[in-house]
Order: sequence, then structure tokens, then C-alpha cells
Amino acid sequence: MSVDPRVLPAALSGEVRLPEKLAGVESVRSVRTPIRLEYDFIPGAASAGYLNAFADRKILGQRSPVDGAVFVPPRGVDPRHGAATPDYVELPDTGHVGGFCVTRLPIPGRDDLEIPYVSAWIHLDGADVGFLGLVAGIDTSEVRMGMRVRAVWKPDDQLGRTAENILHWAPTGEPDVPVDAAGTNAWHAKQAAGSGERA
Amino acid sequence: MAERLRADLVLEYPFTRTTGPVIGAFLTGLREGIVLGIRRFDGTVLCPPTEYDPETSAPLTELVEVGPGGELVSWTWVDPPRPQSPWEQPHGLGMIRLDGADTPMVHGVLVGGPDELSVGMRVTARWRSEREGHIADLEGFVPEGAGR
Repeated sequence: MSVDPRVLPAALSGEVRLPEKLAGVESVRSVRTPIRLEYDFIPGAASAGYLNAFADRKILGQRSPVDGAVFVPPRGVDPRHGAATPDYVELPDTGHVGGFCVTRLPIPGRDDLEIPYVSAWIHLDGADVGFLGLVAGIDTSEVRMGMRVRAVWKPDDQLGRTAENILHWAPTGEPDVPVDAAGTNAWHAKQAAGSGERA
Repeated sequence: MAERLRADLVLEYPFTRTTGPVIGAFLTGLREGIVLGIRRFDGTVLCPPTEYDPETSAPLTELVEVGPGGELVSWTWVDPPRPQSPWEQPHGLGMIRLDGADTPMVHGVLVGGPDELSVGMRVTARWRSEREGHIADLEGFVPEGAGR
């Protein structure tokens, strides 16, 4: 039997027939299907080095042995080439916003995030990829691609081996990075130019 | 060398799904204490019901009451149940073909031990007293005539 895909299926057009017994009862229209997964996270060597360094207010990346590209957070491998990346690079806590999103709806389980808030790809100076962070200390309408930011850290006596040491990223007031050179635009330009060589 | 890092993490989301007319009818039936299947064009009945025929993809619309008794077609024993299982006690997990249906559905079979289960045995639905239109309105299946 063939079915004309242009015709609304009967099951969606309200022609479903119920047994007499259910005549007149209110139909169920939705169902709660919560999901919950509890798990232990045990970082591998590259992530452990990254997290341990946070206790000393340091941000570590790793350098690709193929073309010198710097990845943060480090994952122990250059995902483009499958090459191991044993060398750590210490990165500054300054960079720019490569892309961002303003969230205006609360997220279940994240009462700590006051809406509206801005999550952004933070491109650290010297890194070739961005990583996620919150941008604060500025009106959400003022956040823009290329805006220079610096990490706002927890007080020294509250530092742990966690990326949560960085409370958020705040604008530095420096001139913006031009959009052509901001975020992944810089990466794509560099790849296109074939100028993968780095000092 | 630094102490090994470890974090206990939870991934959680409180989904609510809209059910559509067929699954909605199935859940409405559960809330009212009856199980519904859906009739195919060859007259056979699928339970649980689907919105479309699994072979021809034609929309299906005729819901029919099945059960509450049925036959245990296949089973396994669960001991212990996982932390988020609907059941706290060790239990059977069975494929139950309800009377009037041609396909079996998965649900718990609530007996004291695996030696009380056998393929082909008769079982019947046990309902919760408080029902809200959810598969858990059906607490499980018990041996027919168990009187509990």
C-alpha cells in the first residue's frame, strides 16, 4: 500500500477512534519523561594537567606538533591529524569573544545563572580555538564579536583544580579585534592561507 | 604526582513530551485502567499502539481494548533493579502478549523469584490506585489468579 506524503496522516488529523469506554474522558496530551544520568568523571592525562594548573591560576593548552596550532582545553591530541600533543603551552588569561549567545530563559538545575546571561567562545591570546565561558560586567546588549576580555578569578584562597576558578570574563576596554580576525575567522583565514607555521 | 582528579557529575533534564492522538489515547487508557492496542488493516492488533503501520507506514486509527490478562512470551529476571528503576524489589521483566493483541509489550512481572516464571504462563495487569496517564500507572503484571 502506498501513502501520499502530501496528505496529512489520519493519526494527526484527529480521526482516531476510541473504545466506547473512553468516550467523553479528557485525553492525555503530554507526558513527563525526565532523564537523569549520574556518572563519575575521571580526567585523562591532558585534562588532568589542565585542571591541576587551574589551582595556580594558570590556563594550559597544548601545541600541535604538525603546524603549531594551540588547543585549549588540551585533549592530548590534534584532532585534525591524530597526532599526540605532549607539549603544554601556558596561555594568558586574556583574549576576545569569538562568538556568543544571550540566554533569556532559565535552565532547570542552574539557579546560579541569573538571566539574561551571556555564554561565549573565548579565544585566548595565543590559542587557535575558543573555549566556553560566561561574559559578565557588561550589559548583554553591549557584548560583541571581537570584544577583548580578561578572566575574573575567584579569590586565591578559593582556588581549586577546576575551570570554575574563572567566575566569568569581563571586558578590558581595549579596542576590539576586527571581526575578520576574530573567533574562527582567524583560524579559517590562516588555514586558507596555508600559513600554519608558528614560532 | 598530584592526586587523581574525580568529579561526581549529574546530567539531568525534565522533558515533557506531547503525545499525539495515538500515544495520548494509550496513556489515557492507562489512566482509566484499560490497555489499548491499535488495529492494522489485516485485523491484527499492535500493543502498545503505534501511529503508523510498521510495514506499510499507513496511518492507524482504530484503538481497541486488550487484556487485562495475557501470556508471558519471554522473560528475564532483574536482581537487583538499577537505582532509577520503577521497581525497588527484584522482579521479572517480561514480554507480555495481552488477550486480543498480536504483539507483546515489555513490562515488569511481579513475583517473588525466577522459579515462579515460565514461558506461556498466564498473567494479568496490576494497576496503581493513583493514576496520571503514564506507563507506570500499570504497576506490572502478576500471575493470573494470584489474587493480589
